Amino acid sequence: MNAPAHTAVPIKVLVTKVGLDGHDRGSRLVANALRDAGMEVVYTGPWQSIPAVIKLATEEDVDLIGISSLATDHLIVPQLMAALREAGLGDVPVIVGGIVPDDDERMLLESGVARVYHPGSALATIAADVTELCTTARQGVPA
Amino acid sequence: MSGAARDRASTPGARPTDDMERWEQEIAAVPGATDPRHNRSGIEVKPLYTPHDWDAGRYEADLGYPGQPPFTRGIYPSMHRGRRWTQRQLIGLGTPTDYNRRLRTILDAGATAISLIPCNSVYRGVDADTVDPLLLGTCGTVINTPQDFADALEGIPIERISIGLNDPLPFTLLAQLLVEAKRRGVPWTALRGTSNQSDYISHYVANHMFFRLALPGSRRVLVDAIDFLGREVPNWNPLSVVGQHMQQAGATPAQAMAFTLCTALQVAEDCKARGMDPDAFLPRFTFFYDISISFFEEIAKFRAGRRLWARLARERLGARDPKSWRFKFHAQTSGIDLTRQQPLNNIARVTAQAIAGLFGGLQSLHTDAYDEVLSTPTEAAARIAINTQNILREEAGLADVIDPLGGSFYVESLTERMQAEIEAVIAEVDAAGGMYAAIEQGLVQRMIGDSAVAFQARVEAGEQKIVGVNAYVAPDRPEERAPLERPDPERMAAHLERIAAFKAARDATAVSAANDALARAADDPGANLFAAVVDATAAGLTQGEIVARLQERLGFGQPLVMV
Repeated sequence: MNAPAHTAVPIKVLVTKVGLDGHDRGSRLVANALRDAGMEVVYTGPWQSIPAVIKLATEEDVDLIGISSLATDHLIVPQLMAALREAGLGDVPVIVGGIVPDDDERMLLESGVARVYHPGSALATIAADVTELCTTARQGVPA
Repeated sequence: MSGAARDRASTPGARPTDDMERWEQEIAAVPGATDPRHNRSGIEVKPLYTPHDWDAGRYEADLGYPGQPPFTRGIYPSMHRGRRWTQRQLIGLGTPTDYNRRLRTILDAGATAISLIPCNSVYRGVDADTVDPLLLGTCGTVINTPQDFADALEGIPIERISIGLNDPLPFTLLAQLLVEAKRRGVPWTALRGTSNQSDYISHYVANHMFFRLALPGSRRVLVDAIDFLGREVPNWNPLSVVGQHMQQAGATPAQAMAFTLCTALQVAEDCKARGMDPDAFLPRFTFFYDISISFFEEIAKFRAGRRLWARLARERLGARDPKSWRFKFHAQTSGIDLTRQQPLNNIARVTAQAIAGLFGGLQSLHTDAYDEVLSTPTEAAARIAINTQNILREEAGLADVIDPLGGSFYVESLTERMQAEIEAVIAEVDAAGGMYAAIEQGLVQRMIGDSAVAFQARVEAGEQKIVGVNAYVAPDRPEERAPLERPDPERMAAHLERIAAFKAARDATAVSAANDALARAADDPGANLFAAVVDATAAGLTQGEIVARLQERLGFGQPLVMV
């Protein structure tokens, strides 16, 4: 599958992990799937600090940020959302995938996260959602 | 089957009987029944196994008896009949006091050994005062100081119970245990247990959270610890080779087994290069595996691994003591197979996984709580997990017969096929120059990643069915999900103050001297670095201070990350 024809520049996505954990099966699978779907993927190792994510997102001018969390690191994602807004990147959609309990999912969505993916999510669904979120964001419509 | 047919069939390699040919025709007429099926390691699974698939004449050579080489049927003569397997539930949450309370509950429920899971911040080797408080104690216990360790194990008879520490090198938790034993007057020779996260190779390739020191430094500290503990704490298992991380990260069961055997060979060769005698350290090597729900494949994986290790230890490592050939392993039911959808179904999955592990001849078992896929396990779910083991032993009678599937045409044939597959992967690693070289080159990481992608593709294509995910999907029922347990913020804040008070009360001169001594030991390749870590801990250094100092001298552990 290739990027949508109307997208002149391929969609560029940052796939990363913040916090302390290093389990990366999920992030590697998602990064692979997005690449197979024709997107450009910037992939980092684990333990990124929030300022490091902001810096990378700015330098690489990514369309979307994907955060993978297995062991509660998603709890600091609201801080990432605030930092993105502060850095003028409030229009970059953020998605989170991993072990996210229900209460935390609500908290993440309220903080501005666009989508939360749980175990069992199909890679095809994630790729389709990312394409849609990025296309919408490029058109200047809030995610 | 007629008597005559049975006689013919019992001759391996004999011509198919008339009965067999008739069965072949009959099953071929059933739509789909003979379509090829494969297990997770890629081995074709046939609809039926007969004496044509396994030669019972090789019984004595290939199977033998429990407690005797090649140990296919088990490493001890009496296996689960003589001594129940160790029920070791992994627990860790909140503050040391929270952990102590949970520990007592689980011991009352029948656990026969304890384990300690530290907080993710400890895995990263940083102290709590440098971490976002939101991340503290959510997955394990915040233990930074010898005082924290003493609080966590208060009232627990450390001289009488086996202790599993999830303790990546440089083994600061073990150092704290040794200091605590000294404080209580317990001789180090009385301590039993295992350093469960000593396999830095599995951390470098798979579970990066535990990878703290750069590869060469990691390699050195592990050998230092094996050397020190062999002399000073002889009943402690310094090495647990972890196949679990690799299988969780995507390795097939055969790959995971092969990688662990390669890792054990690598560490043993490193010890031998130090002049150590294999028969001095191999009896204390242990292994740790994932048990997936691929039932027979897992049983065959363990039986094949046990048989192979006996041969490798003898032939490759030159071990002469049969104790060195024994393949001792702990296993954990696989969290990868658990689903967020209809989470109570996970109890059935864990049961099937646990049976596979028991039939595989494990020494120690952790059964996952059904809610692990939702959050850190709750207390109620953890109780069901341990009772699953109790039910299998006491009610289902699974401890009554040793290696009950031994002699099954299918299981024996599959054990042979798995063994061949494992040996093929070992040959690939050997060709790369051994495990250390293979992980430096990224070979192992690539194989694991490819397998993860292939498995996911099977799931998404519907070839691998998962109930509630891509088959038998039911409406989501959030009420089935257990309530979330998180550490109490006030108790955690009080704990942080306790850590701060501990640090403040230390003798600054002694701390500074201990820090310098640690750095000197790191800079001196002839020094035993684990002995230095124990000294530093006794002098009051925190785990974060010790890890930081060693990272400064030996390099930060940066895994090779690849997509």
